[in-house]
Amino acid sequence: MLNFRCPNCEITADETDLHCDGQAHIERFGAGASDDDLETYLFMRHNPKGVHFERWRHVFGCGKWFNAARCTVTLEVFGTYSAQSLVPPKSLINKIKKKRPEWEGFVK
Amino acid sequence: MSTRLSSGGRLIDRTKLVEFSFDGKRLTGFKGDTLASALLANGQTLVGRSFKYHRPRGIVASGPEEPNALVGLGEGGKFEPNQRATTTELFNGLNAKSQNAWPSLEFDIGGVNRIMSPIFPAGFYYKTFMFPRFAWKHMFEPFIRKAAGLGAAPTEKDDDKYEYFYAHVDVLIVGGGTSGLAAALEAGRVGAKVLVLEQTNTWGGRAPVDDVLINEKNSSKWIKNALSELKKMPNVTLRARTMGAGVYDHGWATGYECLTDHSPEKYGPRHRLWRIRAKRIITTTGAIERPLSFAGNDIPAVMLAGAVRDYIIDYGTSCGDVMVLAANNDDAYRTAIAQVQAGLKVAAILDARVSVEGALPNQARKMGIRVETGMAISKVKGSKKVTGVSICLQAGEGVPLEEIKCDVVAMSGGWSPIVHLWSHCGGKLNWDANQAMFRPDPERPPLGADGTGFVVVGGTANGCLDAKSSMQDAISQCRKALKEIGYKPKASIPLKAFAEPEAPIEQIWQMPQGMSIKLQAKTFLDYQNDVKVSDVRLAALEGYESVEHTKRYTTLGMATDQGKLSNINGLAILADSLNADIPNVGTTTFRPPYHPISMGSIVGDARGKLFKPIRKTPIHQWIEDNGGFFEPVADWRRPYCYQRDGESVQEAVTREILNTRNSVGLLDASTLGKIVVKGPDAGKFLDMLYTNMMSNLKVGRCRYGLMCTENGFLTDDGVVARLDEETFLCHTTSGGSDRIHTWMEEWLQTEWWDWKVYTANVTEQYAQIAVVGPNARKVLEKLGGMDVSAEALPFMSFVEGKIGGIKARPFRISFSGELSYEIAVPASDGQAFWDMCMEAGVEYGIQPYGTECLHVMRAEKGFIMIGDETDGTVIPQDLNLQWAISKKKDDFLGKRAHLRSNMADPSRWKLVGLKTIDPEVVIPDGAYATDGTVRENGVKNMIGRVTSTYFSPTLGRSIAMGLIEFGPDRMGEIIDFPTLEGEIIKVKICDQVFLDPEGVRQNV
Amino acid sequence: MFSVTGLNGASSNGSINVKDAGLIGMITLRGDLKSDAIAKVIKVVTGTNIPDQRQCVFTSKGATAWMSPDELLVMVDYESVDATIAKMEKSLQGVHSLIVNVSDARAVFELTGSSIRDVISKGSPADMSSKILPVGEVRRTRIAQLAVAFWFTSDTTARLVCFRSVAGYVMDWLENASEKGSEVGFH
Repeated sequence: MLNFRCPNCEITADETDLHCDGQAHIERFGAGASDDDLETYLFMRHNPKGVHFERWRHVFGCGKWFNAARCTVTLEVFGTYSAQSLVPPKSLINKIKKKRPEWEGFVK
Repeated sequence: MSTRLSSGGRLIDRTKLVEFSFDGKRLTGFKGDTLASALLANGQTLVGRSFKYHRPRGIVASGPEEPNALVGLGEGGKFEPNQRATTTELFNGLNAKSQNAWPSLEFDIGGVNRIMSPIFPAGFYYKTFMFPRFAWKHMFEPFIRKAAGLGAAPTEKDDDKYEYFYAHVDVLIVGGGTSGLAAALEAGRVGAKVLVLEQTNTWGGRAPVDDVLINEKNSSKWIKNALSELKKMPNVTLRARTMGAGVYDHGWATGYECLTDHSPEKYGPRHRLWRIRAKRIITTTGAIERPLSFAGNDIPAVMLAGAVRDYIIDYGTSCGDVMVLAANNDDAYRTAIAQVQAGLKVAAILDARVSVEGALPNQARKMGIRVETGMAISKVKGSKKVTGVSICLQAGEGVPLEEIKCDVVAMSGGWSPIVHLWSHCGGKLNWDANQAMFRPDPERPPLGADGTGFVVVGGTANGCLDAKSSMQDAISQCRKALKEIGYKPKASIPLKAFAEPEAPIEQIWQMPQGMSIKLQAKTFLDYQNDVKVSDVRLAALEGYESVEHTKRYTTLGMATDQGKLSNINGLAILADSLNADIPNVGTTTFRPPYHPISMGSIVGDARGKLFKPIRKTPIHQWIEDNGGFFEPVADWRRPYCYQRDGESVQEAVTREILNTRNSVGLLDASTLGKIVVKGPDAGKFLDMLYTNMMSNLKVGRCRYGLMCTENGFLTDDGVVARLDEETFLCHTTSGGSDRIHTWMEEWLQTEWWDWKVYTANVTEQYAQIAVVGPNARKVLEKLGGMDVSAEALPFMSFVEGKIGGIKARPFRISFSGELSYEIAVPASDGQAFWDMCMEAGVEYGIQPYGTECLHVMRAEKGFIMIGDETDGTVIPQDLNLQWAISKKKDDFLGKRAHLRSNMADPSRWKLVGLKTIDPEVVIPDGAYATDGTVRENGVKNMIGRVTSTYFSPTLGRSIAMGLIEFGPDRMGEIIDFPTLEGEIIKVKICDQVFLDPEGVRQNV
Repeated sequence: MFSVTGLNGASSNGSINVKDAGLIGMITLRGDLKSDAIAKVIKVVTGTNIPDQRQCVFTSKGATAWMSPDELLVMVDYESVDATIAKMEKSLQGVHSLIVNVSDARAVFELTGSSIRDVISKGSPADMSSKILPVGEVRRTRIAQLAVAFWFTSDTTARLVCFRSVAGYVMDWLENASEKGSEVGFH
C-alpha cells in the first residue's frame, strides 16, 4: 500500500486516496500528426525496471494531479512534483542520479 | 494418557469451571484454558484426521503453528471451520467438532487411504489425473472432492459484525513477549507513538515458562511492571488478542484483533482488521520449535517439547505420565525437568548429540533422568496413540536396540525464528549454520518509501535464542529504529535477563541419520498435508531442485499452517537429497497473512446495506414509495417503470409510453451529469473536448454534443447550454458525470494548464425533472411564474426564473421527440417541485415514467444511447453523426484518430434502423446479422449486430437499431438475424428514425 | 419553504452523536487564492481571511474552508446564498474565477462526542491524530468508498460533508461505526 505526499495540498496520502494515471510527460500529438507520432502518443509506454515517472491524482483529497518519480522495483519514491511541468525538476533528477548512478536519465 | 494435574497452571483459574463440547461429548475445563489444553486435560489425545491419508492426529503444538488440531466451531451463522484448538480460548458453551473424519473420528472410513498410501506418492495428483481426460470429471474429481478438504464451508450467512481500523504510528511492535515489551518501553519513554500487538491474551511470551530471570527476579514480576508502565503512557497502545498479520509496502501493516471469539456473549464486532501505517515496524515475534523427523512422529501424543512444557506450566495439564524426549539441543531438557517437577516420569532423554555436557542436561542427570547421548528414536509404537518407542543409534540405520514404554513423546529439533513479517515485504534471510536457523539479514531489509529499511527484527525472532541476548537485542534494535525516525533515545534503564546457558545445537534433519526407505515412508515432515521424508526425497530424485517447485509437487508447507513446522525440515531433506547446502536451496516465500484471518475481517463493514453506496436522487424515496421498479444506472438507482397493482412490467412500460406520447409524463432526470465550465478560454476548451463547435453557441441556447477519446471512440454525449459569455453548462450521461469531470480536469491540469478555465461538478446541486408530452406546457403554465411559450422558450433554449415559486431553469430539450421541458431546480426543492407537477398534471392524467419508457421513446426517434449504440469501439461516423463533427476546427480530441486507416474504412459497421418483416417479432438483444457465408474458422460470417431493440407501442410494431456493414447503402435490403434457438429473423434495413422525422411533435 | 436536506433530519446516538446539520449555504469559489480581489470578497461575505492551506476559518458571519490550491468552500446562511453569490460575482467581475452554489449538492453532518477520531478511523485512511489533524484543519479523504471532507470545530465536535446522493449511506455508515460496543480507544 503505497504512500505519497501530494505536492498540491501537502498531505501524505494513502494509495487508496489516490489514483494512478500512468506515465507522466507524454507529449500530445493531435490533428496533423504523423502515423508514427500518433502511435507513440497513444500506445507506446515506458515499462522500466527501476526509475519511472508517473501521474497520480489525489482523487479523494484535493482532486489535483501530481507527478511522482518512483522505483518500480523497490517502490522507493524519489519525489513528487507539480503536474504542470514538461520535464521533471532538475533537483529531482540529480537526486535520483545520486541514488541510482546506473540510471540512464530521464527519457521523454 | 494426558490429564489435568492436581496443581499448577499459570494461566488457568481452577475456581471457574467452563463447560464445552467436543463431537457432542460434554466436557469441562477451566477459565484460561485453550480448547487444546482442555481437550488434553480431558484425555482427548485424538483430535483430527490428516488431509490425505486420514491418519489419526493429536495436538502437536501449543500455539498458532498447530497443524493438526483443527476443528469446526459454532453452529449455523456462527459456524467456522479450521479453527486451531491451540489458539481457541475456552468459553462456556463452546461447541467444537472434529474435521475430515467420517463417520466418526474414532472410526474413519477414509483411513483406508492410509493403507493405500503407496499409491499416493509425491506428485500423485499430477501423475494420476493426466489420462484419460474424461476420467477427471467423472471419476477423479468426485472422489477427491469427497475425500479431501479440511473442514466444511459454512452454509449460512455470517451472523457477526466486522470492521476496519486505520492507525498511524511511529513504531509498530509485533509480539508482546519480553523482547517486545522491552522495545515498547524504549520507544514509549522517548514519546514515540507506539502500538504493540500481541496475538495471545497473555503478555510476556515464553519467559515465564522458561524460568527466565529478569533483574534477578522471576520474569513475571518484570512483565507486570513493564505493562503497568506502558499502560500509563498516553503515547502507547497495547493490544492483546491482536496478531500482526502482514507487512506491506511503505510501512503498511495489518493487525487482526479478535474481540468476541473468547466471549461470544459480548456484543460488538467479532474481528477488527487494523490497517496500520508505521514509520518503523519492530517484530519481536519469537521462534517456533521444529519437530524431529523419525518414524511414527505423527502418532497422537508425539508433541513438541516446548508445547508439552507449556501445557504443564501454563495449564496444569500433563500430556502423558511417562515421557520419552528426543532432542538435539539443550533447551528441550527444560521439558524433561518440568515433567519431573510436576511429579511425572521421564523414561529417557534421547539426545542425538554425542557429547552433551550443558548445564540443563547435567541438571536433568542430577534429577535422576536417564540421558542417552548419540541415540535416536527408531520408531514410535502405537496407532491412535503412543505406546512406546524403539530406540537406536543416531549414527546408524535404525536397528532397534531397546523398546521403551511411554505415553508421550516430546521432540525438539531446535527453534526457528519467526521471520514471516520481515519477509512479507522483501526482507532477506541468512542461514546461520551454528544455530541451524534462517535469520534476518539486516543488510537486506524490506524498503520503504524513502528507500531505507522499515522493518527491524529484535530478540528471539532475530536469532537471539537465549533470554539474555534476546532482550538486549530487542532494545538495541528499537533504539536503532527510533534514531532512524528522528528520536533521540535516552540511556536505557539497565536490564539483566538470565536463563541457564545452553550448549550448541546440532543439525539433525532425520533420525537416525541413515534411516531406511521404509522408515522414511513413516516419517512425516508436514502433518497437515501428509508429506513424508520419502516424498521429498522422491521429488528430488525426479528432478525437482527448486524448493518452490518441490512445495507444489509434494504439497509440503501448503494449507492453513503454511509449513510453520515443516518448512525448514523439508528444506533440509531436499538440500540433503540434492547434496546441496541449505542456503543454496533457499526458502519458499512467506506471504501474508502470518496466520489465516477470517474472511469477515477482510470484508469489514462492507456488507448488507453498507456493501456499496447507492446514489439516490432527491426523488428516490418517492419513486420507491410509488411502485418504482429500480434498475442500477451507474451507482444510481432509477425506476425501470412504475408498476401498478396487477400490471406486468411490459404493461407498465407500454402505458407510460402511450401516456407520455398522448398527454404528459414526468421523468426524474436528476442523475444526468451537470458540469459548469467557466473562463475566458472555456469556449476554446469545449471546442477541444467536443467534436462539434461549442464556442459559437449563443447565450441562452443549447446544443447537443459528442465527446471522443483520443482514440477517436465515442465516450459521452449530452446537451451543452451557454449560461453567459464565459460560462457553459455541460450535461453528461448519468454514468459519465464524474468521469467526464475528471477528464476535463485532467486536460486542464496536465496538458493545457495555461488555459483560463475552471470547472465544477454540480450534478447533485439540481434535481432535474422532465415534463414531457403534448400537455407538458399546460402543466407548467398551471404552475405559473414563467412564460414557457414557444416564443419565450423555443426549442433548444433555456431560461431562468421561478416556476410555482421554486427557482428553476427549464431547458427546452427533448430525448423523446415530444414537447419537453427538463427543469433544473435546487436538489433541496426537488421533491416539492415534483409534487407540484404531479398535482398540476392530474387533469391531464400525468404519470411518472421510467427508464424503459425513456429508452423506447428515444429509439422511436432514432436517438443513440451511450452504452447501447456505443461500446468503446464505435466512432461518431459509425452512427451517422457526421453532422456533429465540426470541419471548421483545427483540432479536437479524437480528430486525428478518426483519420487512421481502420477508422476511415468504408466497410465499418454503420448505424441503420431495422424493421422485422413480422412486426410482432422483436430481435433479441445482442443478436448478430449473418450473410449466409461461413468464415475460414467455420463460424458464420457476421455482418452486423443489433444495438437497441424494442417493441414500440406508439407504432404498434417492433423497431430496432443496429450497426450493419455498409448499412446506410443497403436501405430496403432484407438480412438475417439467427437466434440462439436456431430460427432466423428476417429484417429490413431502414432509416433509424421511426417516428416524426420532421420533428413536428417537439417543435411546438 | 419547501427545502429539505439530503439527510432529512436523520440522527443517531451511539458512541458519538450524529445529526443532520440542516440547510447550509455553501459556495464553491475557484480562482487565484493569492489575489487581493478574492481576499477582499471573502472578507466581505464571511468576514474571514483567506484560510491557509487546508484550514477552515470562522466568524459569526460565516466560514471559509481551503479545499485545494485554487478552491475555497464559502459557508453562509442558506437563505443568503443567492445574494452572496450575486455580491461575489459583482465584485469579481473581470477576475478569472468560478462561483457556484453547491448548498443543495452536499450533505453536512454534525458530529459530537469524544471518540469522533476513532469512529472516522474505521473507514478513512487519513491520520486522525490531533497532532496531524488539529481543530480547524480540513481533511479531504474517503470514508469507506466515498469522498468526504471534515474538520473539527472543537475537541469534541466536528463537521463532515459528503455528496447529497450518498448522504443516506454515510449516515448508515456513521451509525454502524459508532455503534455502542465497538469502541476502539485508540485516539
